[in-house]
Amino acid sequence: MTPQSTFMITAAVRRDRLEELRQLLAGMNSAPGFADPRNPLLPFWQFRRLHVARFTLLEANTNEDIKAHGVQPGLWRPTLCFIGDIDGDVDTFLAELVIRAEPGLRQIFSHCEGFDGIHTRLLLWLHRHRRGPAANYVNWRGRTVVQIGEELALREALAREVRRPGGDAQDVHIRQRWRRLQHFVREEVAAGRLRLTPSEPTPPGWFVANLLHLVGVPLLLLLLSPLFLLAAPFYFYRLRQLERSDPQNTLRAAGDHLRALAAQEDIDVTNHFNVFGQVKPGRLRLFTIRMGLLLLDYSARHIYKRGYLTRIQTIHFARWVLLDRNRRVYFASNYDGSADSYMDDFINKVAWGLNLVFSNGVGYPRTRWLLKDGARHEENYKRTLRRNQLPSESWYKAFPGVTAVEMARNSRIREVLEQDNPGDGELREWFSLL
Amino acid sequence: MNTTTPRTDIELDDMQGLLRFAHGHLSEAAFLLLRVADPVAARQWLAAAEVTSARGQSPLPDSALQVAFTAAGLLALGVHEDTVIAFSEEFTAGMSGDENRSRRLGDTGANHPRHWRWGGAAADTPHVLLMIYTRPGKLTGYLRSTLTPGFTAAFVVQDTLRSKTTGPEEPFGFVDGISQPVIDWQQASRSGAQARDTYSNLLAPGEVLLGYPNEYGLYTSRPLLHPSGAPGAERLPAAADQPGLRDLGRNGSYLVLRQLAQDVPAFWRFLDQQCGGDAQQREQLAAAMVGRGRDGAPLVAPATRSIAGIDRGSADNHFTFADDPHGRQCPLGAHVRRANPRTGDFPPGSDGPLRRLLRILGFGRRGRRADLVASTRFHRLLRRGRVFGTTLTPEQALRDEPLKAAQQERGLYFVCLGANISRQFEFVQNAWLASCKFAGLSSEADPLLGNREPLPNGAATDQFSRPRAGEPAHCVRGLPQFVTVRGGAYFFLPGLRALKFIVQQE
Repeated sequence: MTPQSTFMITAAVRRDRLEELRQLLAGMNSAPGFADPRNPLLPFWQFRRLHVARFTLLEANTNEDIKAHGVQPGLWRPTLCFIGDIDGDVDTFLAELVIRAEPGLRQIFSHCEGFDGIHTRLLLWLHRHRRGPAANYVNWRGRTVVQIGEELALREALAREVRRPGGDAQDVHIRQRWRRLQHFVREEVAAGRLRLTPSEPTPPGWFVANLLHLVGVPLLLLLLSPLFLLAAPFYFYRLRQLERSDPQNTLRAAGDHLRALAAQEDIDVTNHFNVFGQVKPGRLRLFTIRMGLLLLDYSARHIYKRGYLTRIQTIHFARWVLLDRNRRVYFASNYDGSADSYMDDFINKVAWGLNLVFSNGVGYPRTRWLLKDGARHEENYKRTLRRNQLPSESWYKAFPGVTAVEMARNSRIREVLEQDNPGDGELREWFSLL
Repeated sequence: MNTTTPRTDIELDDMQGLLRFAHGHLSEAAFLLLRVADPVAARQWLAAAEVTSARGQSPLPDSALQVAFTAAGLLALGVHEDTVIAFSEEFTAGMSGDENRSRRLGDTGANHPRHWRWGGAAADTPHVLLMIYTRPGKLTGYLRSTLTPGFTAAFVVQDTLRSKTTGPEEPFGFVDGISQPVIDWQQASRSGAQARDTYSNLLAPGEVLLGYPNEYGLYTSRPLLHPSGAPGAERLPAAADQPGLRDLGRNGSYLVLRQLAQDVPAFWRFLDQQCGGDAQQREQLAAAMVGRGRDGAPLVAPATRSIAGIDRGSADNHFTFADDPHGRQCPLGAHVRRANPRTGDFPPGSDGPLRRLLRILGFGRRGRRADLVASTRFHRLLRRGRVFGTTLTPEQALRDEPLKAAQQERGLYFVCLGANISRQFEFVQNAWLASCKFAGLSSEADPLLGNREPLPNGAATDQFSRPRAGEPAHCVRGLPQFVTVRGGAYFFLPGLRALKFIVQQE
């Protein structure tokens, strides 16, 4: 199993070169915000380990909102953010990136502070500007780009074959039909028309680290639990105070801002989402968001790694990053469907999960006991999200037109195909997937 | 009609009749699309117009008149800009004019607003919609008496959309309008959210009417005015959630109008060709695509559990798809299943606190397709559409020698009411009808409404699949476009006091 990794490179943009950079990044696109995989600046199509990537300009459009808490807003310089989700480790990917796209990357990052033209060693610079996520979600751990492509082709070939006259004899037992299709696939593979690359062994280092994480985090929380228990009454007393008094945003996003966001939505069946906001002032809020993200990261890593994040089955990749000495939070996701259905899905299915993390953000609608209400204030929730949302300058997805649910279905088709002796029920289900 | 008896404190006198009645006995209708030529004269004419209220009349009236405005229309009549922008973003932006909205609604290709007869650009978006309903044979006379010199000075008639209803069928030949939400007037003053684990046909008044709590137990935002802020504002109803302010939205609703041309010969000929001329198979395929037989009979068995807001006796409405998760009886992609998937807040089998908790955390889903479709109650439409064009039966459509009538345009003036265009009409149109990924499907948009445009990666959307147990789905490919959008706009259907306020602007 090849585990997925994620990288994020951030650098403040030089004051006078922001618009120039925006133009440059837009030049990579074939539609608003939608990267041409074969653009000359960063030829995404060449990277066989890259699922999704994007360039975003993190700008603090809602910086003033924190004034509602009686706090002066901090300074935030517009920051270029380059993120990607990949198969395997980050180090070799970044090296590959430099080998394949050094001129383009230099051109992009030369708009940033601290990038000193040809004197900068690009790979080192990329490593120095990496930021780790506080929480990360991968729809299906271990499913590689290569695998997705191969399984997509497999499903298409099988669907064609069973519908070809004479391709699927109806009068024999279902198992014989399955065996015949197995044989068909073997021949297609032998002829080089299909590929079904076996999965790589799990890297031992990763396996051990993952195991330690699986056990270590609960152990640590268990050790700290007496402390938490003692502090709980004070924590909840203060939390309820804050929940009753924290200012909420009721403003709509400006029309221009909404139009800029909408211009790049629904071009593909998958959309990209960026939210950049401020963490509410005070240690309680910081503690809460850190704990919330810790739980989220833990459950995403060890529980929600097979096609769903609680009830949501439409997210391909998502990350939460604390920036600016934990005063700001950045959320980036790749999801199927339109922005409105995404927001509705969240409100109706996982309002509690959103509340746990995002209610610590400035402007979020009022919660009760951390999990209740909040996002259920539908209109204010949508307004606040839209206000803090940012467009992507350029977004790439290796398989446009394919949803996470379809990828899971295709993997299942292959899984049963490669089994030795599936049950009749499994076979019936398998045929209905074709 | 599907309405519960409203409580006595519901302001029926302040609501337009269309919210409560479809005016079914008034079989002729004309929807006049008007541009304001002279605001003063327009206000005068509208102030004198006898707009039909939701108060029941006995005997039934011989005609009905309803009035609605686009955002441009409100501005043209002199409503202050600050007031107009307090309506929802979709309403002020309008149905056309934004490529993203067009993409989401499936208004691309032949459906693109640039091809529309009306509403495709700001210059031909109507200001006022007059909906006139009369008894058979009375429409022409009514129109003649309406188009007085005062009227012609006030408005330019952009188009007159005429309709004559001859039966319960829509132009493809299927009984239409069976499923409608029932407004639960008991919830008119109850705020605070409630859960609906399973499908319910009762809908909080605030899902249809502005100024009442919606399914979240909240008030959808709408223009609230200071009593002294605008002349006449003091006569508007008080806002239930902010008693110091006056509510321009209360007892009003948004109205979506779309002119949909239906290619009836193409529909029946395509099906006939797919079935090799076998009449029985053709009917079956047609029923699978619609999700009902031509007589309206659903393809799934009646629900065994009771459904709030639907009589057990109403055989063609008392059902859900809970026992048909894979779409083997009614295909997942069937039109009525997309338009109203009859889902609750939780997937089936979420009874009991433990199971419920597991479901909340995403565990224990039954089958691969479980829980992919959103909860229906947040996405209901109160439909008030009317057909246009002459009737063409399937048998007529299939004749070798096409009747002259076959070439005439026919279709539906789709009309729906709701308090939130984005969460209701646009969501249903986008996520459920136009989406080729609805409920885990892959290559098919709505079999009736799909525009058949391929995805950006070239993938087809022109298929229709009928899942079978233990077999690959039966798949029809190359569906032509059967329905084409010819025009459309978003309107505000004001309450009657709000209407008085709008026409008294200066």
